Parts: sequence; C-alpha cells; structure tokens
Amino acid sequence: MNQVVPTAPDVLLLVGNPNVGKTSLFNSLTGSRARVGNYPGITVDRRSGRAGARLADGTTRELELVDVPGTYSLAARSHEEQITLGAVLGMGSKARPSVLVAVVDAAQLSRCLYLVAQLIELRIPLVVALNMADEAGRAAPEPAALERLLGVPVVTTNGQTGLGGEELLRRAAELALGPPQLPLFHVPYPEALRRDLDRVVESLPPAWRSNVERDRALALWALSSLDEHDELVDIPVELRDRVTEVLASGRDVDLEISASRYGAIDALLAQLELGDAEQRLQVTERLDRVLLHPVSGFVAFLLAMLVVFQTLFAWADPAISLIERAISSLQQFLVEALPHGILTDLLVEGVVLGVGNVIVFLPQILLLFFFIGLLEDSGYMARIAYLMDRIMRALGLHGRAFVPLLSGFACAVPAILATRTLERKRDKLLTMMVVPLMTCSARLPVYTLIIGALFPVDSFVGLPTQGLLMVGMYVFRLIISFLAAWVLGRTAIRGRAVPLILELPPYRRPRLGPTVRMMREKAAQFLSEAGTVILAATIVLWALLSFPRAGENVASDCRPSQLAGTAKSSSRAPLPACSAESNSRQSARLDNSYGARLGKTLEPALAPLGFDWKIATGIIGAFAAREVFISTMALVYGIGEVDDEALPLRDRIRQERRADGQPVYTPLVGLSLMIFFALACQCMSTLAVVKRETNGYKWPAFLFVYMTALAYACSFIVYQGGSLLGF
Amino acid sequence: MTLLDLKIGQLGRVEEVSGERSFRRRLLELGLVPGTEVRVLRVAPFGDPLELGARGCRLSIRRKEAAEIRVTAVGPS
Repeated sequence: MNQVVPTAPDVLLLVGNPNVGKTSLFNSLTGSRARVGNYPGITVDRRSGRAGARLADGTTRELELVDVPGTYSLAARSHEEQITLGAVLGMGSKARPSVLVAVVDAAQLSRCLYLVAQLIELRIPLVVALNMADEAGRAAPEPAALERLLGVPVVTTNGQTGLGGEELLRRAAELALGPPQLPLFHVPYPEALRRDLDRVVESLPPAWRSNVERDRALALWALSSLDEHDELVDIPVELRDRVTEVLASGRDVDLEISASRYGAIDALLAQLELGDAEQRLQVTERLDRVLLHPVSGFVAFLLAMLVVFQTLFAWADPAISLIERAISSLQQFLVEALPHGILTDLLVEGVVLGVGNVIVFLPQILLLFFFIGLLEDSGYMARIAYLMDRIMRALGLHGRAFVPLLSGFACAVPAILATRTLERKRDKLLTMMVVPLMTCSARLPVYTLIIGALFPVDSFVGLPTQGLLMVGMYVFRLIISFLAAWVLGRTAIRGRAVPLILELPPYRRPRLGPTVRMMREKAAQFLSEAGTVILAATIVLWALLSFPRAGENVASDCRPSQLAGTAKSSSRAPLPACSAESNSRQSARLDNSYGARLGKTLEPALAPLGFDWKIATGIIGAFAAREVFISTMALVYGIGEVDDEALPLRDRIRQERRADGQPVYTPLVGLSLMIFFALACQCMSTLAVVKRETNGYKWPAFLFVYMTALAYACSFIVYQGGSLLGF
Repeated sequence: MTLLDLKIGQLGRVEEVSGERSFRRRLLELGLVPGTEVRVLRVAPFGDPLELGARGCRLSIRRKEAAEIRVTAVGPS
C-alpha cells in the first residue's frame, strides 16, 4: 500500500531587477492578481501563488511561487533591501527556496546579469527567465547560447502572452528534483580580495555557513553591504568587526567586486555578439525629447495633471447622480416596507445612508486609479519623479518621494506603505508625515460635495469654475505639503539628503488589463474600508445623534404621509404640511443628542472658522475617516427632516439656513471647510498605518497634532480674512 | 573632466566614480564601472537632475553627484 506523505511544495523565488516584467510574469504563471506597474520599485510586498509544473513523464508537480521585490543587487544598505537576501537564503520563518528564477530584461542583459552573477555564486538552483525578448529585438540573445555560457537553464518568457511559462516551470521543477546544479559562469575576483573573503568567511555565524561557494558569496555580500552607516539588522558583531577590519586595509573593495563582475559579464556578452540595445530605445528617446524637455515637458506634465483632475469631475458626475438616486429610492422603499421603529431608523438612517454616501464616490476613485495605472504602466511615473526632483530636493526629499506623495492623492494608506521604496528611514519618516496632507480620495467626497453645492457651474475666463477650484485645492495642498516638508525636514525630522539614482524605464504601451485590475482592487479596498470603519462609525454616530430619544411617537405618526409626498413628487417639491412640526421635533431630538452636545461644546472653538454645531458634529464624525463627514452630515440632516432625507445632500446643504435666515453655507464657509478638511488628520487608518510603519505612538501622535493645528490656523485665516474683505 | 564637462550627447568613458559609499556602490552595480561608455542625454527643467545613457538604459542622477564621476571624452561633441 502506498502511503501518501503530504509534503510542502517546492518554493520558487522570482528575483530580478525592477522593471523587467517580473510581476507580470508572476501573474501569468500563477494567475494571481498581484499588481503590475512600470515604476521602478513598485513591487513592494511579498506575493505568492501556486502553479503546477508538468514534467516530462506526464506528472504534475505543485510549486509555490514567491515574487521578491525588484532589486539591482543583493548588496543591501537598508533593512528592506536585506529582504532579498533573506528570502533567497530562506532566513527567518520563510520557507527555503528550492529554485530561484532570475527574471532578466533581454535588452538590458549586462545590468541584469550583475544580479544573476550574485545568485549563481549562492549555489541555489537557478533558472534564467529571458523576458522582453520581443522588445529587445536583435539585442536579445539566443536562449540556448546564453544557457551554454552560464551553465544554467535559460527560457524565453513573456508575461503578457504566457510564452515560455510551462517550460520555465518544468525546468525549475526538474532542478528541484535533480542533482545539484553546476553553473559554468564564474567571476574571477582578484587574489587579494579572495584572501580577504576567506577571513570574512571565518567570522560568518555558523547558521549561515554551508558550502565553500556560498560562504564566499555571503562574505562578498557582507563586505559590500556592511559599514558604520548601514541599517541592516541581525548582523553578528563579530562579522561587523571583521568587515570593518578588512575595509580598513584601504583597498577599494566595492570597485574590485563590481569591476570583476562586470568584467566577466562583458566577456560573456562579447561571445554572444548581440545587436545594439540602443535600437529599442528609439521610440523612448523620441518621446523623451518632448516629454522631458524643460519647456514642453513641463507643459505636458501640467496638462496631464489638469486632464486627470478635470476628468474626475466631468465624467464622474452622471454616475454619482445615478447612485444618489438609487440610494434615495432604496431608503424610501425600506421605510415603506419595514415596520417603524428603532431598527428601521438604524437601517435607513445609519446603514443605508452611510454605505450609500460612500459608494457614491466610487466613480471618482475608479477614474483616478485608471489614470494612476496608466501613468505607472506607461513609464511616465518615473518621468514625473525626474521632472519633479529639483522641487522635491528643495524639501529635502528626492524625486522618488514624489510617487508616494502622488499616491497620497488617492489614499494616504497605500502611499505610506509606498514609502518603503525609499532607501532611508529619515526620507520615509518625512514622506509619511507629509503624505497625509495630500488630497486623498477620501477628501474628494467632501470637496465634491461642497464645490458641487456652493459654487456655480459657470466658467471663469473660459475655464470651468468647479474644475478650477478643484485644481486650486490640489495646488493649495501641494504648496502646504511642500512648506510642511521643508519645515519638518529642518526641525523634527532632520538628516542629510541622499543622492538620487532613478531609472527611467523605456516607455511601454499601457495595458488595460493591469490597470483595470488595479482599479478593481482599489475600489474593493475602498468599499471594504467603507464597510468596516466607516459603516461602524456611521452607526455609532447615528446612535450618538439619536439618543437620548424623545417625542418619537409624534414624529412617527407623521411619517407615512410625508413619504408619500416625497415619493410621488420630485425631490425639490415643497414639503408636506405636517413636516414643519416634525422638523422641529426631530431637531429638538438632535439638539438633545450626545453627539450634538459635543458638537455644541466645540462650536465656540470652531465658530471663528465659520462652522456651526452641525458642521462641528460632522467634523467629530469625520475623525473616524474623512469620508464619514458626508454620512454624518447626511445623518445630521436626515434626522433633522425625516421627510427630506431622500433629497441629495447637496441640495440640502444649499437650503440650510441660520436662525436669521442667512444661508449657513456661504462659499466662504465652504472654502474654510475645504481647507480644514484639506489639512486636518482625520483618518484613523492613516494613523494606524503610520503607527505600524514607525513602530510606536510617537509619530502618529505628532502627525495628528501638527495637522490639526495647521488646519485650524489656515481655516481661521481664510474665514476671518474673507469676512473682513466682505465675502 | 567629469560628467558635467561632457556636452549633451557627447560620448564619454568612465574613469573613476567617487562619492558617498552607498551611492557609489549603486552606480557601480548599475554598470558605471571604469571603462563603461556613458552619455549625458539631457538636463531636467530647473537644470537638475541629468539623464544619462549607459549600457542600454536610462538613469537619472543629480549634478552634485555627476561631478563625482570622472570621464574622458571619447567621441566628438
């Protein structure tokens, strides 16, 4: 009888330079939905997925594929760069890989082989995936020829068509099953360096030691990675001391290592007699002449950004109206179908309203990520970093930090996670403190609501006012963020600036598939956040604003007739007769609620900004997440006028009056409110991520305090200044 | 001469890379080892950073660091 022994599948690690199509290949091999982009260092997370390798004998072998962050070298300076070596060696809890797949760009062979040379030295079974051969044209080597010279399997692959996937998996599985691999390629290091390596090997911790070749490879890694400035972890003191000792000998170890490797690589490439790699860059070169030109490049950049933001509002509007109407209908249906009572109120005024007011902004989020996806996939994102570097440097950041900041326009949470692509802790920290100032997509709802409700749909010098205001808000945020970065970088988060090295990948035709995949992921992310934090907060707030309850029987009596009135007429119809009485009752109930009491307590503090207690209550609600402001405002007014809850919030805001009959929401109040929202840190998720990334409460607390103070100060100046000027 | 002395589009050959260790090591890893041919392709708006072409790829570094890369001119300007 055969005994079935459950064994863990062989682990296959995908390693490669940034921008060689590694993630795309990973997706095609696993069918996974990992994100693909065209910006160097986009692969930040560890992704894994399963794939079956069909062997020559017809059997299938299960493999576990892991996508390792893109890297140019194993040599590391930061803890993040150390991840690659850790993954390759199976350090820590991660499963030890059986086979490595080195994904190389056929058109940038020399640079890619630099990493391959290091992987070969580790003596872990290796397969080379020769990617982007079609793009490379005559610069691409014959896989068989490269295989002969390297002494490891080389398979031509294409992540988009799936070409070579099966063969790659098969050859990897064969390596996992077969005898140890004996690569032919080897780098002849100078004699003196080899002696130093042997000395470093003696100081390697026993757990790292294995065969002679790998010991030497690890010694090489230690020599090129360790020094007094590195941020690596778990390095034994003994090893550090030995490396310091060797480096103190005064020889140029870094140059010896890299020159030896490139010497061997250049010798290998000479044997392949490849075509000119510049050939493929012709299109990129022509595009860059325009897009990176000091004048036309900058104009193109500004135009691209303007198109993105105007489109967000012009195209999203019809979908927003549709969703608003659907939510109103659902609320009416539920109120009519369900028995009156606290549960129905909870469902209609808390759950449906809360979720609905979040879903309403999906169109904008999808559109925004559509653009971000295209920018990343086309290679233009790296150009943005190039164009913006001079400005970013003035802030003590480098061009690369522009991308996390730009991602901050969508959401601070992924943007803060994206700061991991930055090399230094100080850069990360500074970027993290500034990113929440960017206009994240959760702020868009507030802007859209206010701009849509309070500012006219006409044009100013031929440009649409609403779009201009929106761009204006973005520019304002940008200026404030830059000022904040400038100040913080010189006070709370000091440190010397680090040199920029940015790869400008070739332009590629942006693909719809990965972009749509990203849009779907982001939408799902937003909804799931809405479904948890926001929904919970909406319900808590509904409770805050509903209790203690008083006089509800009278309000309930009125309800059916009011609803009938709303249902058969348009939402702008005059209110039914009994609604005035109901209104005052409902308002009285809200007046007494815990939430409103808190809002009223805060009112004196917020009055200089032009906010009444209802706005104050909305701001309290917004502490759960900025988008909660919308549902809280809807709830505030929903409770105030039950019969009126089906009206879209925008109309409701326009109609809101103070006791003296003046509108509560003047354009100046709107501006003050937008500025407050622009700057205040009202997002629990952001604070939670910062806490996780900085490993403590110090920085999230700092973030919250400085942003709230900034928001108060700016709104104060705008409202008081605007009032003095007579707006 | 350094990279900064090369005219735009002029071919140069790397002689020596100096500068801060992690920056220098990264440049060496990217293939800017002595003997490698390099061109300054263009300069960004505001005069910084530079775009380089070497080993069939495009890199961007700043002026300050470009001054740390010693080159000899190979071709005519």
